[in-house]
Amino acid sequence: MTALSLMSSSENAKSYRTLTARRIAVLGGLLALLVLSVAVDVSLGPARYPLPDVLRTLFMPSSADLQMRVVIWDIRMPMALLAVTVGASLSLAGAQMQTILANPLASPFTLGLSAAASFGAAIAMVLGVALFPAAIALMVPINAFAMAMAASLLIFGLSTLRGVTVETIILLGIALVFSFNAALALLQYFASEQALSAVVFWTMGSLTKATWGKVAVTAIILAVCAPLFARRAWALTAVRLGETRAAAMGVPVKRLRLETLFLVSLLAAVPVSFVGTIGFIGIVGPHVARLLLGEDQRFFLPGAMLSGAAILSATSVLSKAILPGAVLPIGIITALVGVPFFAALIMTKGRKSW
Amino acid sequence: MVTLTLDQIGARYGRRTILEDASTPALKGGVLTALVGANAAGKSTLFRRIAGQMRGTGAVRLTGATKDDLRYMPQDTAMTAALTVYESIILALKQGAGGWRLSASELASVDSVLQRFGIAHLAERQLPELSGGQRQAVSIAQTLVTRPKVVLMDEPTSALDLYRQYEVLEALRSYAAETGAVMILALHDLNQVMRACETAIALSQGRILASGPALEVLTPALISQIYGIESRVERCSRGCPMMIVDGPAVPRSA
Ligand SMILES: Nc1ncnc2c1ncn2[C@@H]1O[C@H](COP(=O)(O)OP(=O)(O)OP(=O)(O)O)[C@@H](O)[C@H]1O
Ligand SMILES: [Mg+2]
Repeated sequence: MTALSLMSSSENAKSYRTLTARRIAVLGGLLALLVLSVAVDVSLGPARYPLPDVLRTLFMPSSADLQMRVVIWDIRMPMALLAVTVGASLSLAGAQMQTILANPLASPFTLGLSAAASFGAAIAMVLGVALFPAAIALMVPINAFAMAMAASLLIFGLSTLRGVTVETIILLGIALVFSFNAALALLQYFASEQALSAVVFWTMGSLTKATWGKVAVTAIILAVCAPLFARRAWALTAVRLGETRAAAMGVPVKRLRLETLFLVSLLAAVPVSFVGTIGFIGIVGPHVARLLLGEDQRFFLPGAMLSGAAILSATSVLSKAILPGAVLPIGIITALVGVPFFAALIMTKGRKSW
Repeated sequence: MVTLTLDQIGARYGRRTILEDASTPALKGGVLTALVGANAAGKSTLFRRIAGQMRGTGAVRLTGATKDDLRYMPQDTAMTAALTVYESIILALKQGAGGWRLSASELASVDSVLQRFGIAHLAERQLPELSGGQRQAVSIAQTLVTRPKVVLMDEPTSALDLYRQYEVLEALRSYAAETGAVMILALHDLNQVMRACETAIALSQGRILASGPALEVLTPALISQIYGIESRVERCSRGCPMMIVDGPAVPRSA
């Protein structure tokens, strides 16, 4: 009996090691998919270049012709990489919001951040009002960022109050979505034809305004936030066992929730202000990661980032491939292609978590 | 030796006072201590106070251990996380300890706690797929994997079948004996208390009515006072104390 149970115990440790190895392999696979998708993304566009030329421009820029160098390095590369940083940021933000709010539908979007950003952008486009007059050139993204940050600080402020539960935070977020959408509709109602179409285009979400600067800013924010989450990996995983249980394991739940909300605000507000509404990533990315890797944050955290980045990058490829010669707004593709794919995924691989 | 003493513990939710002046002599480690009382008497609240999850008056005094050596198992065992049983126990071990890597000895301690509570065969199962009793056993394992010196368990046997109740209480007794830990268990089954626990604390409407050796605390008079049940304490043919229920002391009306 004892010998048998001892054997089965080391058996368990062994299969846990196997599970760990498999999860690392899944992460590697996601990374490989991402790299592949970025490569395809860079080689696709309205102008058709043969693949060898694209590769030569990428690896030996000095030997390529000028026009192609500009297209590849100054237009396609920033777009392709912005898809990666934005996808990773929004997915990570969604993942941690779902974790601390114990709700699978929580994301920067369900909590009103993108609605706020859209409203901020519309203020710039319709009324021509810069919330920070110093930077007129960047009026649209800065207004969007300011409103998104204001919305998340409101939620953040509320959650520091005593006795505020997770449900209250979610309800407030939903109230914010409706309020900002109504305010946006009001602005649109009074907008000129030209401003209206600008607002509509912005809210569709698009990577076409990508620059190296935006790639750098989003990458830096990601590089600051991800390690801060990684340091809290066990605590964040513990929170998923329930607040009481996490507290019983020594997790300062309330403080962790505040820190996370703050980081998430930063992580989501900047990308949203650059690319507009790309709603779905904050929900799909984390769910894919959860299905593939479970919720141990040592794997879930990088997994959510990689899957979000890979999905948005693949969507960027699709947005160019569907109508040859045209780049469809990526926000539309995420919803059109993402939703059925997502539905199929959760129906076929339905776990009982949540 | 590890001991725990409650010194005039009080607790309230809003304006409602739930616990008042709850004091005990030093509770000794190495044995099981039962916390008994009717529904809503304040057992879970007392645990939350001792575990530091709730503020209030009074003090909890520990000797031979610090607050970091305390682990608390909540009454509610619902767990929806997408984790396997094995992962959840690793989590309980590593949270607080830190570090992403697992040593062979850490894996060994996970294995041994799974063995001890008879759930080694569940290691690879997902938490949301467990039965109620399985979840409770996993919850116990999560609580003890760090080998805490002060343990509070809120109804650890409430979802277990007859055999598993016996098995788990025996495992908890041997854990206490082996580690010298102070272990307080909120229990509703007084026969379990008499069989497994050395000492008992009786709580009624937020006040401690009695504490001391279990058989001295659980008198027919006290049981009638707390639960309104007529009972006798007798010995079974093998000498084991047991409570025989004769019926309600006063027929319950409304
Ligand atoms: N979060 C809370 N807010 C307000 N009142 C509460 C809260 N939790 C418990 N109470 C009240 O405190 C009293 C004691 O509850 P507690 O959970 O401590 O009882 P208990 O002895 O553990 O009962 P049970 O045997 O049913 O688990 C009850 O009247 C309950 O309604
Ligand atoms: Mg209780």
